[in-house]
Amino acid sequence: MYSIDHTDLGTPPSTSSTMVNIELDGRPFAVPDGTSVMRAAALAGISIPKLCATDSLKSFGSCRLCLVEIDGRKGYPASCTTLVADGMKVRTESPKLTQLRKGVVELYVSEHPLECDGCPADKHCELQDMAQLHGVTGSPYLAGDACPPRVTAESRAVAFEPDHSNPYFNFNPELCIVCSRCVRACDETQGTLALTIQGRGLASQVAASAAEPFVESECVSCGACVEACPTAALSEKSLLTAPAPVQAVTTTCAYCGVGCSLKAEVADGKVARMVPNRAGHANQGHACVKGRFAYGYATHADRITTPMIRATLSDPWREVGWDEAIGHAAREFKRIQAKYGKGAVGGITSSRCTNEETFLVQKLIRAAFGNNNVDTCARVCHSPTGYGLKQTLGESAGTQAFTSVMKSDVVILMGANPTEGHPVFASQLKRALRAGTKLIVIDPRKIALVDSPHVVAAHHLQLRPGTNVAMINALAHVVVTEGLVREDFVAARCEMPSFDKWRAFVADKRNSPEAMEAVTGVAADVVRAAARLYASVPNGAIYYGLGVTEHSQGSTTVLGIANLAMATGNVGREGVGVNPLRGQNNVQGSCDMGSFPHELPGYRHVSDPVVRATFEKAWGVTLDNEAGLRIPNMFEAALDGSFRGMYIQGEDLAQSDPNTQHVVAALTALECLVVQDIFMCETAKFAHVLLPGSSFLEKDGTFTNAERRISRVRKVMEPLPGLADWEVTMRLANALGYPMHYDHPSQIMDEIASLMPTFTGVSYEKLDRLGSIQWPCNDEAPEGTPTMHIDAFVRGKGKFFVTEYVATRERSTSRFPLLLTTGRVLSQYNVGAQTRRTSNNVWHSEDRVEIHPHDAETRGIADGDWIGITSRAGETVLRATVTDKVQPGVIYTTFHFPESGANVVTTDNSDWATNCPEYKVTAVEVVKVDKPLDWQIRFRQNRETRLPSRHTTPAAV
Amino acid sequence: MHADTLVRMVNDISEFFAPANPEAEAAVEVAGHITRSWDPRMRRQIVEIWQAGHADFSPVGRAAVEILAAAAARKAG
Repeated sequence: MYSIDHTDLGTPPSTSSTMVNIELDGRPFAVPDGTSVMRAAALAGISIPKLCATDSLKSFGSCRLCLVEIDGRKGYPASCTTLVADGMKVRTESPKLTQLRKGVVELYVSEHPLECDGCPADKHCELQDMAQLHGVTGSPYLAGDACPPRVTAESRAVAFEPDHSNPYFNFNPELCIVCSRCVRACDETQGTLALTIQGRGLASQVAASAAEPFVESECVSCGACVEACPTAALSEKSLLTAPAPVQAVTTTCAYCGVGCSLKAEVADGKVARMVPNRAGHANQGHACVKGRFAYGYATHADRITTPMIRATLSDPWREVGWDEAIGHAAREFKRIQAKYGKGAVGGITSSRCTNEETFLVQKLIRAAFGNNNVDTCARVCHSPTGYGLKQTLGESAGTQAFTSVMKSDVVILMGANPTEGHPVFASQLKRALRAGTKLIVIDPRKIALVDSPHVVAAHHLQLRPGTNVAMINALAHVVVTEGLVREDFVAARCEMPSFDKWRAFVADKRNSPEAMEAVTGVAADVVRAAARLYASVPNGAIYYGLGVTEHSQGSTTVLGIANLAMATGNVGREGVGVNPLRGQNNVQGSCDMGSFPHELPGYRHVSDPVVRATFEKAWGVTLDNEAGLRIPNMFEAALDGSFRGMYIQGEDLAQSDPNTQHVVAALTALECLVVQDIFMCETAKFAHVLLPGSSFLEKDGTFTNAERRISRVRKVMEPLPGLADWEVTMRLANALGYPMHYDHPSQIMDEIASLMPTFTGVSYEKLDRLGSIQWPCNDEAPEGTPTMHIDAFVRGKGKFFVTEYVATRERSTSRFPLLLTTGRVLSQYNVGAQTRRTSNNVWHSEDRVEIHPHDAETRGIADGDWIGITSRAGETVLRATVTDKVQPGVIYTTFHFPESGANVVTTDNSDWATNCPEYKVTAVEVVKVDKPLDWQIRFRQNRETRLPSRHTTPAAV
Repeated sequence: MHADTLVRMVNDISEFFAPANPEAEAAVEVAGHITRSWDPRMRRQIVEIWQAGHADFSPVGRAAVEILAAAAARKAG
């Protein structure tokens, strides 16, 4: 069942710019060539009956309801599969058509229960609509002695057993009309191909995988089939308990950086279900198991809804009112600054909060604290992207729209696993791959896209962790030495001295695939073939993730990627580009909004007097002209006593940041830690003031996704704590003595637009009108910029950088012979604070360690065994999964559960330019053990009992 | 902050700039990077660490901190 406010046009739009003139029921219309008659009619306001057609799927032509009459054509063509032609004359209504359609509806109804009351699709069921439209209240095949009895399970010889196994939706085959929309949605929209129609004739039935329960099948629970179902055969369980939704509010998903547009369908101030917005620009009408279904955390019993304070970490929490909590926090910050200096406090903005909220937090720090000690979680994910792309291309952002990939001939996917981390982009990518785009995967693991149904990578460069720069240089060596450089592009668009220097560097034999083979572990001929493939096609695109950035040479790899793209002329048009797949929903936005300690909003350095003067005039303060502390610097400064107070909005440093022992020591050293969060997160255990946060459902604002796309977040329920996050920050600023007053986040956006040249043209009114906007949006690009650097780079000429490979100091040794690398799974999200509080745990209830069969066998480890993992930083225990997804010498784990302690073993090595932690390479040894560590057992027990004493338990320090 | 941590950070930055530039130019690049991205207390501290004769600076790293020290002296004086 698609969104209750969706007007379906029957078939997808045509991309043709050629218009065709037709006549519909005697009236002339012009529509794009390639449009179906059904869609043309819908665009003209004529609704042709249909059941198997929907505008998110290719026409199928099976239900035979959409028949029309066309002059000069025999019979009654299906309007969904018949394309318009110039001069075509179509009749959509006639007595004969009505008779034929009614007959079809009667046949469908003969196999569908007619008890609509209580059905979750009641009033939104397309079969119900068709029956009412044709005056069908029953089927003639069900009445009278001469008619056969209604088809039953017995007569079909199939089981009508409903499948309730998926936590979020039911499958009731009795309600199924076998229109195949679900099967086609799984194929075309999601790209998993998990569903099929099994059996023949009356025994035809939808089946997941080989007729397995949905939850045990290959189904990834994206919900595309449920959204496509015209009846309630596939329907959300939430509709059985919630009141029928009466309103659909368009908002933006708060999970990954794809930033899917969703419709929150609400009734009585509660979300009844969440469905993808078919008009969504980022997601093209799709969603994943997180955004589509895992929103229940917003109303989970663990939500903190009352402010709390305590004098010391050993004191119990005391619930207080907003004024007391904020007043206490402000007094403490002022006391600390008076005693230790202006720079002794700082804060962290949240990439899960809105642009407006992030903007306010950095404004508070710069204007009310009077320093630049502001940072954000991008520090630990994509800060090297910000650095590398700014240096080379001139802007700290990806270059394309997601849909650009449909025009790519070759895609390099490096250090990213989109089917798990960015699933809706993965579906887009799979559509491109199935249409012929070639894929090169550069990853230590055999990710799903290396080999999955109808998708096989042309090359998988399965390199050793920590050798990205060596690989990029080897690829570049082939480009430069085999004459694959786009000399005309480079000469016209790039700084030649930097290019000449880079060309000489990568051409050196030490960077050849043959020389680097010993470093990367990838055969030279495979690297050469991959480089030739990327560089020889018209459009080559590079997509990358945290497997690129979270290294000691993360920034170097980003520079190297940009070098490669520029040298091959693959920047500045559709189908090409350099595309970071951002981790969190608003990590691009939080960076844009000035969350880095050296940059004011819009990536402008704090030392620039002209820029600073603009902000000083607007904010009425004198701003610090020196860079502030980064997150790891804040930890170091806390330990040496020069940093004593911290305001953290929506960021769980104690779980997400590396070397947990170090982080805990730093947080414990603070005299005042103010945490603003929706849950009692790990970091909150070290807080003195807890300010309850609000979820994305409880406030207005905007998120900016990995394509630079700004999309509206719209309030669908009141903030559970009474205040939205932006209101809390505003109050704290006022309590600190710095006046802030906004009545609505739109006013904050107006201020952003007045201060950031790339946002000049952005407003809530325009966002409402256009749906979304990709920045830059200003006088030069009033409706935004889908593709950047078209005629020139933002910095003018593109700049090449020499990218010498430097081996990480985190090397495997006889004591630590394995390399641990980390990643994510589809069903859980980062530290799991949200998804762990949903039924997504059905798919992933614990973090496990993947280990190659060879490494497992030599250590006597079997699948499911507990294994102790020891690094130079610490130790933890996890269960083993023995698999050849990882190569020998490499182990892999996720980090979604705090008791896993993945970051207990990661080290504080970091990227040279940005201090982004080296999560992806940790030298370890593993050994079979009997059980988890004591702290892990205690933690798991506490979680399973939902921390009932969370308001009174002192922090375990 | 821990001296070894700061020295290591300087050396890490130097390892990027050193291969692409003569030592003196690399040192200027390193000093510029630190000036743009380090909090002033960290810059003060790295100068103090250099003045105290920390042994683990790479050549480019040491030259970069000398530049920072000279800049700090100019600013102070």
